[in-house]
Amino acid sequence: MSLFDWFANRQKSGPISKERQEREIADGLWSKCEACGVLTYTKDLQANQMVCPDCGHHIRVYSDERIRQLIDPNTWLPTDTGLVATDPLKFRDRKTYSDRLRDMQEKTKLLDSVQTGVGRLDGLPVALGVMDFRFMGGSMGSVVGEKLTRLIERATRERLPVIIVCASGGARMQEGLLSLMQMAKISGALQRLQTAKLLYIPVLTHPTTGGVTASFAMLGDVILAEPKATIGFAGRRVVEQTLREKLPEDFQTAEYLLQHGFVDAIVPRTQLKPTLARLIRLHQPVAAASTLSVHLPEVRPLSITTSD
Amino acid sequence: MATTERKPILLDFEKPLAELEARISQIRELADDNDVDVSVEIRELEARTVQLRQEIFSNLSPLQRLQVARHPRRPSTLDYIQAISDEWMELHGDRLGFDDPAIVGGVARLAGRPVVMLGHQKGRDTKDNITRNFGMASPGGYRKALRLMEHADRFGMPIISFIDTPAAYPGLEAEQFGQGEAIAYNLREMFRFEVPIICSVIGEGGSGGALGIGVGDRLLMFEHSVYSVAPPEACAAILWRDASKAPQAAEALKITAADLRQLGILDEVLVEPIGGAHADPLAAADTLKSAILRHLEDVNRLTNQQRQELRYQKFRAIGVFAEASA
Repeated sequence: MSLFDWFANRQKSGPISKERQEREIADGLWSKCEACGVLTYTKDLQANQMVCPDCGHHIRVYSDERIRQLIDPNTWLPTDTGLVATDPLKFRDRKTYSDRLRDMQEKTKLLDSVQTGVGRLDGLPVALGVMDFRFMGGSMGSVVGEKLTRLIERATRERLPVIIVCASGGARMQEGLLSLMQMAKISGALQRLQTAKLLYIPVLTHPTTGGVTASFAMLGDVILAEPKATIGFAGRRVVEQTLREKLPEDFQTAEYLLQHGFVDAIVPRTQLKPTLARLIRLHQPVAAASTLSVHLPEVRPLSITTSD
Repeated sequence: MATTERKPILLDFEKPLAELEARISQIRELADDNDVDVSVEIRELEARTVQLRQEIFSNLSPLQRLQVARHPRRPSTLDYIQAISDEWMELHGDRLGFDDPAIVGGVARLAGRPVVMLGHQKGRDTKDNITRNFGMASPGGYRKALRLMEHADRFGMPIISFIDTPAAYPGLEAEQFGQGEAIAYNLREMFRFEVPIICSVIGEGGSGGALGIGVGDRLLMFEHSVYSVAPPEACAAILWRDASKAPQAAEALKITAADLRQLGILDEVLVEPIGGAHADPLAAADTLKSAILRHLEDVNRLTNQQRQELRYQKFRAIGVFAEASA
């Protein structure tokens, strides 16, 4: 085979090599940024918490990854892991809700769209809830409502700060009004947390909309958001249809909400953990208090055991 | 209330009734002209009309109920407030720059006792509907409701709320001024109030827009009212990718009073006059008033702390799931 033939063959096999390249991306060795298209070695991207090192775009991450990013190694104790949705309405659209649940559970290896637990964040004991957008768009039904309510109740009992990472399209239609009522249920638990003077910080990630926005996402003592996250109550398309006009480009972005006074800060993911730790420490009694010779009761009992 | 003789607005499933009624008057006219006694026939036809009306209204599909709940003549919040209170004075404004006409409220006397009444207000005609934004409240409306409820709590007046909205308004300004935040804030604060709260779905309960004034010790609902997590039309567009599948969506979402009672969300279903609340608004108002007073008496026996605890437990218990031992 002459060199010329080799080049000719290589050109012919062009599409195949492209396929091979795509397979490699699928294999996860390299990841392509959906905003700027730059390829990054996946391990480097993960080390940068899935924030594109080139353009700063925040690639969507899911609950397991989030927990890894926020909780100190070997301190995570998941709670209420056995809760699973039933199909109280026997709901059926183009597919039955039961089938949809089963498919989602197989695909995501999750039982529903939120993970809850307690653990340490930079050494600080916290109660953490993380929504997972992969599972039916992070929608909130009875399981999400119950798990978050139990988490908040536990935090109230054990005097822990609560952090909820939001990512949701809103209430889950397949559970009808039961889903809507979860908004009230969680808000009620937050009222008790507030009365107990405990800190609650929701972190709004892309996207946070509908019934989640109209309940626990907006009830934080301090509200943080990720850059460029879509945050709103009504969907953008619904608003456009109502008004029959184009909406401003930045409408319902984290930046728009900051400008209108509904979030406290936009925090890049790489800064999220230190920011949360700093905020929690800023709300704790002054360190000097513990050095006083007065006998003070332990304010934050260490009731967390490491898993395994 | 609808006092003047107006031409009735007919829903499509009421057509057989209208035909019967037309026949009765036709026969009557003919009899008058020809001086014949047809009273027996007329009585028979009238009895059949009553029977048919009863049959139709006791077998309404969810979508038909939605039509009754949205009936332009269905009594509104202001109608009920005027009908059931001894006296009342409307109060205005959220004290933050807005007075949303889609939510009305004020101080009133109910069976001799001072209360605060508030609710969504739909328009009575097209012009009024435009002013009131078809009962779709903006953040200013929810904040006005909050201000009135705080007033009630401060003065120890029970809160009586009426739910009748297709949805919270999905508009640019509504988003800009924090529609989500306004509703969320109300949900939390309604758990904090010490005074009794009685909520009634008088027409349409549309999603978060309804819940924003709907957290209470008791939730009552008229039998032809609907309460839904999302409008059936929107649900059909999202889940079926076809807005014309609204009847299926209305069926699947379980939006009727009977369904919601079964799910443990309602405390009482209020029976409507035959033909719906708009057929006899004063009778519907009587039913509503006696139910509110009965429930108020019930929750008044409790201490403030007991009431708050029970309100919390009421919502705490809502939800259906299975739990495997982990």
